[in-house]
Amino acid sequence: MSTILDRSGFNPDKKLKIVGTSPIKHDGIDKVTGRAKFGADLFLPGMLVGKILRSPHPHAIIKSIDKSAAEALPGVKAVVTRADFPELPKGSVAGDMSRNAMAREKALYDGHPVAAVAATSESIAKQALKLIKVDYEVLPHVIDPVAAMQPDAPILHDHIRTKGVKDAADKPTNVVERLELKMGDVDVGFAQADVIVEHEYDTKPMHQGYIEPQGCVATCTEDGQVELWCCTQGPWVFRDRLTEILKIESSKIRVTQSELGGGFGGKTGFYPEPIAILLARKSKRPVKIALTRGEVFRATGPVSGTKSRIKMGVTRDGKFTAADAELVFQTGAFTGSMFFNAPQAMFTRYDLKNVKTVSYEVVSNRPKVNSFRAPCVPQVVFGVEGVVNELAQKIGMDPLELRIKNAATEGYKTIYGETFGPIGFVETLMAAKNCDHYKSPVPQGQGRGVAAGFWFNRGGETTGTLNIAADGSVSIIVGTSDVAGSRISISMMAAEELGLPVDKVRATMADTQSLGWNRITAGSRTTYSSGMVIIDSARKAITELCRRAALIWGVPEEGVTFEDGHCRPASTNVGDFPPLSIAEIAGKTTLTLGAIAGHSEMNVTGAGPGFGVHIVDVEVDQELGRVDIKRYTVVEDAGKAIHRLQVEGQYQGGAVQGIGWALNEEYIYGEDGRLQNPSFLDYRMPVASDVPMIDTEIVEVPNPRHPYGLRGVGEVPVTPTMAAIANAIGAVIGMRPRSLPMSPPKILKLIEEARAGR
Amino acid sequence: MISLKYEAPSSLGDAIALLARASGTSRVLAGGTDIIVQMETDLIEPDLVVDIKKIPELREIAIENGAFRVGAAVTGMELTDHPGFCKAWPGVVDGVKLIGSMQIKGRATMGGNLCNASPAADSVPALIAAGAVARVAGTDGTRDVPVESIPIGPGKTSLRKGEIVVSFLFPPRPARSGDAYLRMTPRTEMDIAVVGVGVNVTLDADGVCAAARVSLGAVAPTVLLVEDAGAALVGSRLDTPALDRLARTAAAACRPIDDKRGTREYRIKVAGVLAKRAAVLAWERARQNP
Amino acid sequence: MSRKYHVATTVNGDEYEYLCEPQQTLLDILRDELMLTGTKEGCGTGDCGACTVMVDGTMICSCLMLAVEAGGKQIETIEGMAKGEELHPLQRSFLELNGSQCGICTPGILIAAKALIDRNPDPTETEVRYWLAGNLCRCTGYDKIIRSVLAAAKEMRGA
Repeated sequence: MSTILDRSGFNPDKKLKIVGTSPIKHDGIDKVTGRAKFGADLFLPGMLVGKILRSPHPHAIIKSIDKSAAEALPGVKAVVTRADFPELPKGSVAGDMSRNAMAREKALYDGHPVAAVAATSESIAKQALKLIKVDYEVLPHVIDPVAAMQPDAPILHDHIRTKGVKDAADKPTNVVERLELKMGDVDVGFAQADVIVEHEYDTKPMHQGYIEPQGCVATCTEDGQVELWCCTQGPWVFRDRLTEILKIESSKIRVTQSELGGGFGGKTGFYPEPIAILLARKSKRPVKIALTRGEVFRATGPVSGTKSRIKMGVTRDGKFTAADAELVFQTGAFTGSMFFNAPQAMFTRYDLKNVKTVSYEVVSNRPKVNSFRAPCVPQVVFGVEGVVNELAQKIGMDPLELRIKNAATEGYKTIYGETFGPIGFVETLMAAKNCDHYKSPVPQGQGRGVAAGFWFNRGGETTGTLNIAADGSVSIIVGTSDVAGSRISISMMAAEELGLPVDKVRATMADTQSLGWNRITAGSRTTYSSGMVIIDSARKAITELCRRAALIWGVPEEGVTFEDGHCRPASTNVGDFPPLSIAEIAGKTTLTLGAIAGHSEMNVTGAGPGFGVHIVDVEVDQELGRVDIKRYTVVEDAGKAIHRLQVEGQYQGGAVQGIGWALNEEYIYGEDGRLQNPSFLDYRMPVASDVPMIDTEIVEVPNPRHPYGLRGVGEVPVTPTMAAIANAIGAVIGMRPRSLPMSPPKILKLIEEARAGR
Repeated sequence: MISLKYEAPSSLGDAIALLARASGTSRVLAGGTDIIVQMETDLIEPDLVVDIKKIPELREIAIENGAFRVGAAVTGMELTDHPGFCKAWPGVVDGVKLIGSMQIKGRATMGGNLCNASPAADSVPALIAAGAVARVAGTDGTRDVPVESIPIGPGKTSLRKGEIVVSFLFPPRPARSGDAYLRMTPRTEMDIAVVGVGVNVTLDADGVCAAARVSLGAVAPTVLLVEDAGAALVGSRLDTPALDRLARTAAAACRPIDDKRGTREYRIKVAGVLAKRAAVLAWERARQNP
Repeated sequence: MSRKYHVATTVNGDEYEYLCEPQQTLLDILRDELMLTGTKEGCGTGDCGACTVMVDGTMICSCLMLAVEAGGKQIETIEGMAKGEELHPLQRSFLELNGSQCGICTPGILIAAKALIDRNPDPTETEVRYWLAGNLCRCTGYDKIIRSVLAAAKEMRGA
């Protein structure tokens, strides 16, 4: 059976009424009135407050836990320890997940959960935590990944042997994997180069910085049925993982997603949720756990810090000949950094034939990393786009011109094996070259930088349902969490398909009992994939509408077409029937023939890669080293912007996250292995006065695999940001920074080095 | 926390009595922008919190013999919205304006900022440069002391048990006087100062500096009054040699630490740079004040 | 067990009474006792502004005021911003110009923006940015927030 993807019907000339406009999103009213319910906003009768006891040591054996005094405290209704988690093998995926949720043999980072209580008030819960006696045997710790790779480094897991290394020594190591990805022959390539640039770069771990801390409420009945309300980027994935680690059957767990107060990848994995469920099961009362900001920083997944060496070669007339990279990624206490994204994506916008990359993933005594937008890629694009810039300077070519000359186009075979369909990198570069910002002269005293980025964009397993009510209004059920207006964009696509005003369509995010499996909201897949299944559902519903019109008119089904929200006779031969609206058909037939609906379950493919080019002007206070962002433009290919203001918002948000990552955001650890800045005071994200307006240009090179041509836009905007800013700073001070964050003391040092002529 | 008591006396005498006879740990609550944070992050667990916001003397801005007396529990917003005070002491206002966000300033007070005794407190350098005098009340009565004598180390003050800072008396403002406070932070707002500099100058009729006080924050265990730095300006017209002397003496006075907000090396460099810039700003304001 | 304090206060024009422990903040009580969950906790330490409310006409972080201090005060939260069915121009502006993405920072920002416009009906972009510096947003990059505030201010001046 042909799927919607085969016959996507993408028609570039089709007149669109709704797609491409910017209606007010339906979930907006709740957000501006305070009604929207986030993870911590649910209250149930008899609800208890859950609080987590965390290891103060970055590395320690947990010898024993005595919870008796805590259990005896009046008001305490349950205490949970590792004994309450099912035994799972060390080093297995489920075993790692369970141990990250609560420590088992060892505490592996400052903040690692070791026990938890549920009590009738927060103050009692906090008091109870103090009464739990944990006997630790403190071990030496290691934080920095390069230090963790050394032969004498403290070892976190006895079972780790480096994957990807032939004849790896059979002794424990912190190096989880060595991944080599290559194509062509870099030796031949570099021999052909006239100019070669090679540098080392390093970046510090940072945090996704969502403003909503994790919050959840769990209930558990006497016969073991669990309900979990939580903020999440993946209710089905959460459910399945809970099944694995708590050994509760999936059909007995219902995960209901709240509104999501920011995730950016950081809520694709769970944190307090398994603990809340166990506390609810023990106490037989609802349990709420809302993490504090300090807990979020200490114990949820940060973003990998990296060390990299990047080398590229170019001919005098501007053709790249080879690229080589060696990368080290930290994954925190457990594997799972998605570091393979980096070698796959870092050079993948350029028409390179000779590429070699060697990447390492290393554990150390920090919380397990979690995804951010474009996991593991912006960190290395920071280096790549610096090298590209320097190559341009050395051969005397305009930096955008060099990129245009080497831009990958349709038919390019990537290092990860896929061949590009129609892509818009050249168009995006051209749009950047011709935009107002790039054409205007660099203001006196400022410096300009450009950089380009790429993200694969994903599809994945997705389900959805569309129901037409008897009055002709439409409800759609999607499973993907709404991180940035996907509900309205998907409603717009449904409305476009059905020829209805968008106000007649309402979207609901389903819980895990109410819809089939959905992959996480990640990979910039949501609007694309959920859009796809809803369009498919709409088309199925249209087929049913036509069938009913045929019945009403007494004509064969082939005699009915659907256009502009109405069923019409396919030709005058069929008969002279006035068109029937959706409302008329639904009104006439719902009681007798039943509901009109469509549903779809797909492993959505065909997602089109996205490309972005950023232009930034900066000013540098050369006595203080402080960088001021003066002007910023994001140029990015959206394929088709379904909701223009939403797409702009994604570009702007990604750019400002990148500005924070570039200038000030980093985790700071003390010698004692404890996090020193677990607060928004000292983890410095951009505030409103730190940034200017962010200009945006939406390029539209449609993805013909999608009925409306759309490409994901969520992740591309963060990939080139730090590189663009570093290139701009380099233009001002004469030294291009190679270490993130580019905080004032580091910039001041570079200024002094530049003056000293080094 | 379990045994915490909250009291909100409406007279100074009652407040002093409560604090004097308290057993265990007690804290004075003004805006709470330090205390409540410390309670939330489990850094302190007081047994008694005495809310002083109902005590009239602590909440007034008044003129006393031609000079400003500002109650210790006047909020940042109230102070920065007072046109007369802003005109007389723009440098003090610079500092108060940089205490956190607008929300924080709706609660934060100079008394709290001083008595929390952070070396990086934003209102303190300008307060010291202004020559403000703190009125302290306790069981032994009242005493007036220079503000710089209150903080004696990070988180520690010279206040005895039962004592409260009631108000700040600013000196009368001579003609041709101006003050300024500048600080270095990585972001434009919301950060703790990496270095803070307060400068207060008075010029004579010929435009020569007759008096100067320079105070440095975040470069030592307490906010410093740097007499050498002030002396470097006196007798000059703020020419380049004078500014260079100022920068050198400011840098030399620094005894900073390395911490998550800045390194020793960076703080020393920045102290000199900011001292110059603050002096220029104070000078400009002095020249505009006939 | 610490004794509880009885407090009578007014929120959005309605009278409320509650019992609170002395260390509980106004934010705790608004959300957990009064069920006014529109005000959010982003950090609990005054660094993010998600808990912004008005107390006696002054904008504060409700996480930095003890619940026991609220006696006799007039408190305004996001729930009181719309008047019946009529949204405040700021709320409408945020809807039309997409000033809200995930929405977690929105209540705090709306309260803060209203406080600004009430005291300065014609703010510049810079004035808006500095006034809102205490309200963190991670989704929007602030651009459309600032535009929404400026547009609402313009409308309110013209009206």
